[in-house]
Amino acid sequence: MNQIQNMKKEYSQMVTRVSPKSNLLRDCARAFWVGGLICTIGQLITNIIKSFGYNQDEASMLTTIILVFLGILLTGLDIYDSIGKYAGAGSIVPITGFANSIVSPAIEYKKEGYIFGVGAKMFTIAGPVLVYGTIASVIVGIIHYLFK
Amino acid sequence: MAKKLGNQTIKFDLPPSIVSTASTVGPKEGKGPLSSYFDVVLHDPLWGEDSWEKAESKMVKKTIERVIEKGNLTPEDIDYIFAGDLLNQLTASTFGIRGLAVPFFGLFGACSTMAEAITLGAMAIDGGFANYIVAEASSHFCSSEKQFRFPLELGTQRPLTASWTVTGSGAVILGKFGPSPYVTYATTGKIVDLGIKDPMNMGAAMAPAAADTIITHFEDTGFLPSDYDLIITGDLGSVGRELLLELLRKHNYDIENIYTDCGIEIFDSVTQDTHAGGSGCGCCAVTLAGYLYKEMKNNKWNRILFVPTGALMSPGSTQQGESIPGIAHAVTIENNWA
Repeated sequence: MNQIQNMKKEYSQMVTRVSPKSNLLRDCARAFWVGGLICTIGQLITNIIKSFGYNQDEASMLTTIILVFLGILLTGLDIYDSIGKYAGAGSIVPITGFANSIVSPAIEYKKEGYIFGVGAKMFTIAGPVLVYGTIASVIVGIIHYLFK
Repeated sequence: MAKKLGNQTIKFDLPPSIVSTASTVGPKEGKGPLSSYFDVVLHDPLWGEDSWEKAESKMVKKTIERVIEKGNLTPEDIDYIFAGDLLNQLTASTFGIRGLAVPFFGLFGACSTMAEAITLGAMAIDGGFANYIVAEASSHFCSSEKQFRFPLELGTQRPLTASWTVTGSGAVILGKFGPSPYVTYATTGKIVDLGIKDPMNMGAAMAPAAADTIITHFEDTGFLPSDYDLIITGDLGSVGRELLLELLRKHNYDIENIYTDCGIEIFDSVTQDTHAGGSGCGCCAVTLAGYLYKEMKNNKWNRILFVPTGALMSPGSTQQGESIPGIAHAVTIENNWA
């Protein structure tokens, strides 16, 4: 038994040695500027909306809607996956990435119909984010209520 | 009677001939280094169908029809089809073959399916149960991504160890009599699992199985690497290649100067952005049906060891934290046999 464990351990070290590593510094730099750019565009949209006399809450909500729309549009035009390939987390973390994670399975599973395809599969990737995001917000809300 | 050698190898008494081959590949494979060897290169990965699965089934059907036609045979001449793919319940194969009215064995050996099909087909012929069989395997990049990974439009990064599933279907007809090359030996692999859990590094998961099968083949037959002009694995890719060579060196077999991998040959990893290389059942199937068969006909090689490799995991097994069981089957194909 020990011999097998040793073999597995030795092999795992071999695999780590042979497998090429991603360029972390380059990937971080790309994620930083693309993620930053998406956020800057968001801020720009907010400022423009506010200049039309909307307050901060309204402007934030409209910005979110516009960014989600842009994420969906770029996904549908087969562009967002290329951005994601380049930017990694830089385009996954902003809300445009959230839109991409919902629309891409919806497109993929359209062939299985609108109920068991699009409807059922739409949240396969975003689902966990929604579940744990909601739970986290409830916990934060309780803490805020108790210690405000 | 076919003789069994050692623990896992068969020597065919009357080695079946590879009567004809046919291959269909997708657009990306059609831009790769082996492009000129393929019979049909698709311009559209959907091939006029409305889903990836239907497109893959159409590839299976058309490739089998073509291989039968190229062998100057009719479907009635074929005793059995041995075929498989990567999709759940062998969707691509069964739906592709359903209209052909030929007895069918559906096989799942992940990306090692082509060797499994050839081995079983050759056994059926050498055993006197068939005169002609079709061995076929297919995979489709888009249907595989959908089943095993992520939706195509999802903006993610693939690690450098990941492979690129080949869109393609390759088929061969084995016949009791016919011209060279012939299938002379088959070494059926055991499942080997050294604990690799990363489905984005399948070369690493399968390399130990390939090493085990190749070493067993040498031990069972008494052959040495020098007895072969070429040893070619299925889809270990560049990472698996290094691991395989190192594992074999530990057992005092050096095959480096006669070794390559279908996954490395089929794409140009630099210009085609395929990272570790090609993979999928179709990868070694189209490489055999196109490149290897045609170059054996040209006598570039006279004796090759074809070793398709498979990673026998499912999306569920990976999510449940299981490691990836690897398998590899070796088939000797040669122009002359005595």
